[in-house]
Amino acid sequence: MRKVLLVLSLAVITVAGLALIPTKQQAVQASTQATQAATAEVKIDNFSFGPAALTVAGGTTVTWVNHDDIPHTVVSTDGLFKSKVIDTDEKFSFTFTKAGTFPYFCGIHPKMTGKVVVQ
Amino acid sequence: MPWKKKDEILHDHNHDGIDRRGFLKCMAWAGTGAYCVMSGGVLKSYSLSRLSEMNPAAAKGELSFVQISDSHMGFNKPANPDVAGTLKAAVDKINALQAAPEFLLHTGDISHLSKPEEFDTVDQILKGASAKDVFFVPGEHDVLNDDGKQYLERYGKNAKGEGWYSFDKKGVHFVGLVNVLNLKAGGLGTLGHEQLEWLEDDVKHLKHSTPIVVFAHIPLWSVYPEWGWGTEDSAQALAYLKQFGSVTVLNGHIHQTMQKVEGNVTFHTAASTAFPQPQPGKADSPGPMKVPAEQLRSILGITDVNYVQGQHALAVVDSSLA
Repeated sequence: MRKVLLVLSLAVITVAGLALIPTKQQAVQASTQATQAATAEVKIDNFSFGPAALTVAGGTTVTWVNHDDIPHTVVSTDGLFKSKVIDTDEKFSFTFTKAGTFPYFCGIHPKMTGKVVVQ
Repeated sequence: MPWKKKDEILHDHNHDGIDRRGFLKCMAWAGTGAYCVMSGGVLKSYSLSRLSEMNPAAAKGELSFVQISDSHMGFNKPANPDVAGTLKAAVDKINALQAAPEFLLHTGDISHLSKPEEFDTVDQILKGASAKDVFFVPGEHDVLNDDGKQYLERYGKNAKGEGWYSFDKKGVHFVGLVNVLNLKAGGLGTLGHEQLEWLEDDVKHLKHSTPIVVFAHIPLWSVYPEWGWGTEDSAQALAYLKQFGSVTVLNGHIHQTMQKVEGNVTFHTAASTAFPQPQPGKADSPGPMKVPAEQLRSILGITDVNYVQGQHALAVVDSSLA
């Protein structure tokens, strides 16, 4: 995994380097790569987080989307992040930069719990 | 109840064959609430939906009030697209009572998203009620985004701590508790150390014969912990009330009526004025329940009479209000 990350980072640096003398196509490619590599989604459905345990690479932006008829929140147990209320079809995003396990819960319905594992 | 007088569609804004009045008529549970009568130190509770069947003599007592709950102003999903209409229906029923209630208790989830305009709408609708005094406790939907700051500014000016308080009416001691703040991951409702200490002190000097009514949003008994329907430290609160002969606990949150008697304590939950929720464990989650109107009557709106004799002797009478 580390090797992959190293290669990825090199690729990003290379792309960034190239960006100094950019062509339109390269810039689009770079941004597409970054988007694909660094986002993940957690669905809120039926008063539960899915997946309840999500594993991502460092730098990933995780987006929670509420599909319930009732509002929810996403609150880090360690105080790392705390969303405002997320109503039906609304979203909340947080970018994980540090490695570790980050448990969270819904501040309105605390029986709803989940965790993000950042490698 | 004006919508009972006419069946024709008056205002079909959505062209779906249903106007607001017709919609209200479909919902047997519209305008739900509990009419509470304190008689001889004993609290009896009647469903507002069935008051027309009630013998007026049964409702005589030294004090009467109405509990409403979970108006969720701002909710607009199919389970009830007109929560303002159903709250107004509850007010209509309150105003139709033969003996006007002394005051109203609202056991939380006044708003759906803690928006100022949602609180404003509820305040405006409740101004139309015959009883002018309304005592609130917050639900978790009323303290979103600001840990209850706005709620306290609006409703808790004379309250202690995060919004708890007590008052006396005609010899009955009422205690409003807050159990929707500082919730912990995986946990239930929480009262917290500071509030529990205040409660112990608040009731310490009362005579043991004083009837006590405690009201809070989340049930103070374990209705269904799997869905968070209970309060972590409610046992401690109830321990402070053990020496009293008549204790009534009124809650909301679960959007259905339920009762339980334990020792000297009678627990009631009130229906929501907005939408029903499933019975514990009868669905995948406690989300809003969409049910055909003809089924609603069997699910909601029937509150039997609970009768608790003071001084440690206990009698319970279930009545159909006939």
